[in-house]
Amino acid sequence: MAEPIFTARDVTKVYRTGEVEVWALRGVDIDLYEGEMAVLLGPSGSGKSTLLNIMGGLDRASDGTVHFRGRDLTALSERQLTRYRRDHVGFVFQFYNLIPSLTAWENVALVTEIARDPMSPDEALDLVGLAPRMSHFPAQLSGGEQQRVAIARAIAKRPEVLLCDEPTGALDSKTGVLVLEALSRINEELGTTTAIITHNAGIQAIAHRVFTFHDGRIAETKVNATRLEPAEVTW
Amino acid sequence: MRLAVLDRKLVRDLARMWAQILAIGLVMACGVATIVIAMGSYRSLEETRSAFYERYRFASVFASVTRAPLYMHGEIARLPGVSAVALRVVRTTVLDIEGMAEPATGLAVSIPDHGEPAVNRLYLRAGRLPDADRAGEVAVTEPFAAAHGMRPGSRFGAILNGRKRTLTVTGIVLSPEYVYAIGPGDMVPDQRRFGVFFMPRSAMEGLFDMAGAFNDVALRTHRGADVDAVVDRLDTLLEPYGGTGAHDRSIQTSHAFLDNELVQLSAMAAVIPPVFLFVAAFLVNMILSRLIALEREQIGLLKALGYGEAAVAWHYAKLVLTIAAVGVLVGALAGNWAGRALTELYAEFFTFPFLIFRQSLDLYAIAAGVTAAAALAGAARALWSVVSLPAAVAMRPPAPTRYRTVFSRGTALLRVFSQLTVMALRHLVRRPLRTALTALGTGLAVALLVTALFSFDSIAFMIDTVFFRTERQDATLTFAHPRAPRALQDVARLPGVLRAEPFRAAPVLLRNAHRERRLAIVGLPPEADLARILDRDLEAVEPPERGLVVSERVAQILHLSVGDRARVELLERDHRIVEVPVTSIVQSYVGLGAYMRLDALNRLIGDGDRISGVRVSVDRAALDRLYAEIKRTPAIASIALQGISRDRFRATIEENITIMTSVYTALAVIIAFGVVYNSARIQFSERARELASLRVLGFTKTEVSSVLLIELGTVVLIAQPLGWTIGYLFSLAVVRGFESDLFTIPFVIESSTFAFASLVVLAVAALSALIVRRRINRLDLVRVLKTRE
Repeated sequence: MAEPIFTARDVTKVYRTGEVEVWALRGVDIDLYEGEMAVLLGPSGSGKSTLLNIMGGLDRASDGTVHFRGRDLTALSERQLTRYRRDHVGFVFQFYNLIPSLTAWENVALVTEIARDPMSPDEALDLVGLAPRMSHFPAQLSGGEQQRVAIARAIAKRPEVLLCDEPTGALDSKTGVLVLEALSRINEELGTTTAIITHNAGIQAIAHRVFTFHDGRIAETKVNATRLEPAEVTW
Repeated sequence: MRLAVLDRKLVRDLARMWAQILAIGLVMACGVATIVIAMGSYRSLEETRSAFYERYRFASVFASVTRAPLYMHGEIARLPGVSAVALRVVRTTVLDIEGMAEPATGLAVSIPDHGEPAVNRLYLRAGRLPDADRAGEVAVTEPFAAAHGMRPGSRFGAILNGRKRTLTVTGIVLSPEYVYAIGPGDMVPDQRRFGVFFMPRSAMEGLFDMAGAFNDVALRTHRGADVDAVVDRLDTLLEPYGGTGAHDRSIQTSHAFLDNELVQLSAMAAVIPPVFLFVAAFLVNMILSRLIALEREQIGLLKALGYGEAAVAWHYAKLVLTIAAVGVLVGALAGNWAGRALTELYAEFFTFPFLIFRQSLDLYAIAAGVTAAAALAGAARALWSVVSLPAAVAMRPPAPTRYRTVFSRGTALLRVFSQLTVMALRHLVRRPLRTALTALGTGLAVALLVTALFSFDSIAFMIDTVFFRTERQDATLTFAHPRAPRALQDVARLPGVLRAEPFRAAPVLLRNAHRERRLAIVGLPPEADLARILDRDLEAVEPPERGLVVSERVAQILHLSVGDRARVELLERDHRIVEVPVTSIVQSYVGLGAYMRLDALNRLIGDGDRISGVRVSVDRAALDRLYAEIKRTPAIASIALQGISRDRFRATIEENITIMTSVYTALAVIIAFGVVYNSARIQFSERARELASLRVLGFTKTEVSSVLLIELGTVVLIAQPLGWTIGYLFSLAVVRGFESDLFTIPFVIESSTFAFASLVVLAVAALSALIVRRRINRLDLVRVLKTRE
């Protein structure tokens, strides 16, 4: 495979609430490569979301280093992290996080307005198969459709990485497959490095590599010799 | 004692929302305080006044005549409805007070030689009443005595009927007739330059050649008597003696000024507290609706656990009542304090022997009740939603909000605005009522400031008009009786007099059909420069060769228009009735204005060339010599010093302007902060998730804040013209409410007043925005995204 786009070394994260210390990450090493599709598996509280947030510049590691294309994220200021998210990262969340007062098209335009080299909102919505519904408000869309708008919004700026936290968590399996298909298509057509968090073991079959988290550590790393199409996955 | 678990939740909710609760509580406190101040002061003043009037037998009908025989007493006393009569000698005199260069004006009033006056009794503050057997003893009113440090035993000089006398103060007194004592030609009381003193009748008779005669009547009527009928009958009786028309209390100067103050207080009680309570109700509605939306699932859970609907609603009602309690407590304390301060301020302007400070418990009960009612009214809708929400529905997330497709893609707006702006604008349109009420609430803060401060614009304009365009003289000398024109030359020769202009003031009863008003027609010479008549555009106009000019107020009262023939009853001499055409309507802010050319007025009266007084402009360097000369000039009955009056009026206004501006700015800041801060907090709470999403997408803090700021800014900007309009209308109502025969306030609002009001409110809005912006900066991105709205 190509160069690693992310290199994380000995990353720890400790949350302090009052006198209680919660160790979310206890020393994680991981490399993600250009164009790779990775699935992060594990029970809730195992640290996978924390790692994703640190890689996405939403959170900071307590210790260790995270490099994105050779740049140390742990050394960036608040402002630089905002810039980093704006220019390089696309996020997809379990609860979509669309702006309810903006239509599908406008939710995507929200990002293309500030991106350096975006595709048009129409093109992004077309990629996720939602061009016909682009003037609908989020409240007028189904859960799956909302998630695909969120994906369109995430990829419209042509990010180098797409970070998805439980993208199918709130969806039934049929709708979930549509969302996975959209992610998989983008990974293949645009070559976007994609990391998907899930606690649904069935989804791991679509990934190049699977990282299983346990108690703040990566317990197992698995390379899929053969990948399944999203349509073939069931859960 | 352990708190019930729900009450512990209440305590924690209160602690968490303290800033918002305090902001609303303060708005309520303003409502409570203004109720306590306005109603409390109204009661204090009203009850003090009626107690003083009752105990000291304040007259209800007044009249003056040139000279009438004392034996009329029986006839007047027998008029139906009359209970007591005092026939007095009253004269204005020039006083010569040691250590004071300018002459003061004294009003000499006779009292019976023995026993108390039948009406208008005196309250003796110190010393004793003057003894009829000792020459030159007088009792003086307290403010004048205080201004000159007079005590029983002090002496001062007075020019009485042309001779200088030394008078000895035996007592310091207060009279219900002179609670508010204002000198001739003055616009605010000047205790130094105007005083009332009382002398035994026999002494007055001797000094003023009034043996067996009187020139002033004051009488009391029985309760329920027809005062108008008494006035009419008294007029008929006095007509042959140069009666200038009897009148009731309504135009008795002291009473009228007190009335005016009471009107102001009741207007304040009627307008200001409702503004605050309305805003408070709206704010309660806003924060409670939001709290209940946030706690929807908890409400469902409580109901599922078996709490009754009433118990859950009561839990939230208690929150509202706690806010009201904060408001009532702070407001009651502030109101009590400010009420006392205001009552003390009254003591400066109005002299009562005692001050009944009425802030009885029921007043606080009313204020508390009204405030709690307003708070609960504001909470009603939100509380109802708590009651009517079925538990099972409450546990599910609410139906998604529907946005309107206003500003939809392809419209011109979208090309102009960024998506962030579109977000902000759609959110505004989504809750039009709340947006409108927020704008209205903010606008009310602007309006309050405009209404409070415009009066200074109007008064400044009035000073400018009155003192610099119409009454431009430095002093007005008034003779005891109308005199021949030769007196003008005498005055013109006085030291320092630069210009002297005669005038005649003739008391008349002006009638148009069944409407009538007692006033003085002022006769002015042609080409007058000191006293000028201003037309409605405030341009100086000449008095007409023939015919009458009346002020707008007079025209309005008597329904006169140009070309009408007004019936003029000449009260001074023979009560002849003549018809005079109205030739134009002019502007006049003080008193009831009616003007003629001096020669025309003299022809009308028919007693030859006569003048009542002279207006002079003076070389300031020669003032002292002029004053000294005036004190020696017997013919001059009174002197009004417009120059000093002007300065004093300015000083009084400037003192008030600072107090008023700070008080009302504080009130406006409280309203504006209450509205803007709460609305910003609620917007933030409703949209925290959206804003966090924007931050995740890579928008900077500034960009994210701009969404809220655009929304807030739009509402605050809409509020400005709204506030100006409401303020304009409020001010207009104030001007209309103040119109009286004593004065008319011109309606003037300078643009600087609008600007000041807006600047205060914009500054408060900016501060609120900054506070909320700090919260945006501290948004916890990860946590917000993990939770479902």
